[in-house]
Amino acid sequence: MPINLDRRILDELIANDIEFVTTVPCKQLAGVILEIENEDRILHVPSNREDEGMGLCVGAYMGGKKSCIIMQNTAIGVTINALSTLIQFYQFPLPMLISFRGEVGEAIACQVEMAIHTKPLLAEMNIPTYHFHNPSDVEEFGDILKYTQMSKKPVAILTDSNFWRGGG
Amino acid sequence: MNRSEVLKAIVPIISDELVICNVGLPSQELFLFDDQPSNFYMLGAMGLCSSIGLGLALSQYSKVIAIEGDGSILTNLGALPTIANNVANNFVLFIIDNSSYGSTGDQPTYTGKKTSLTGVAAACGCECVVECQAEDAPDALRAAMESDRMTVIVCKCQPGNIPVSVIELSPVTIRDRFVSEVERRAVKQKRVQKLTKLS
Ligand SMILES: [Mg+2]
Repeated sequence: MPINLDRRILDELIANDIEFVTTVPCKQLAGVILEIENEDRILHVPSNREDEGMGLCVGAYMGGKKSCIIMQNTAIGVTINALSTLIQFYQFPLPMLISFRGEVGEAIACQVEMAIHTKPLLAEMNIPTYHFHNPSDVEEFGDILKYTQMSKKPVAILTDSNFWRGGG
Repeated sequence: MNRSEVLKAIVPIISDELVICNVGLPSQELFLFDDQPSNFYMLGAMGLCSSIGLGLALSQYSKVIAIEGDGSILTNLGALPTIANNVANNFVLFIIDNSSYGSTGDQPTYTGKKTSLTGVAAACGCECVVECQAEDAPDALRAAMESDRMTVIVCKCQPGNIPVSVIELSPVTIRDRFVSEVERRAVKQKRVQKLTKLS
């Protein structure tokens, strides 16, 4: 039986006490965003831009709720300052579940332009980065959430088209 | 009155509250006038003060005041629809609108021309938006705190700065002492809830 990735990600968020999630949508993330919206144990606050979302996450964290941002890789550019001068400077843990658009299987050429810069930007920012390519990679999600809290860093989990299509 | 005079005037009201303070001179001035563990000073990330304030207000019960500037809210106007649509009645967004980028040398912002932040906040769906002049800031803020309604205050004042020094606290110290303060309040509230239940 194929893994229900949306459900599995939600279960791991709950198991790891993530109580606040902000999202900026992506087609690939639609299912998981819906799961989060319908889940009473998580406060879901959609944001209009990803750096705004990082501000929300910091506030929630200081209020006692572990937080997570769900976003597209195309937005990494607008978050560089927030990542550097807020998340990293003050040492806030921030798991970033990122739809990795522009990889093999992509239909829109423009998405490739940011895909090319995604890993170099994250590397330049010294952000621990994990790439989920096969559905079974989701097995590590819970441990990555724990690692994020332990290290008090922003941590990127890139999830590509092959991962969301079930590896088929 | 300029921003520093507005800040000085509201210190007695905010001193014992959780405050998220805008980057640059506003934080440096607040640090100078009334440093408290309950103040979270922004050292960077211009524009995210309102968003941090909302996230904090939505996640615990104590009152939260975010002290914003016109320049900084203009860089993150997207925060206002999020605030309007995720109502936290323990949240006051206090925008000090001096129609200028004070920290960079008082270059004019658009709020001194055609743009009204009061109008923007209302159009974004914020239900309780109050515009006041600098002299009336303490009254407006006190009323907002007592109303238990999420309120956006746009306080119009003059540009101009006073000499201040940079904040020497490390960011992790600012974070840690602020979080301890949030936790202390949460414990206190739980104790009060328990006592109220018992009586
Ligand atoms: Mg200003």
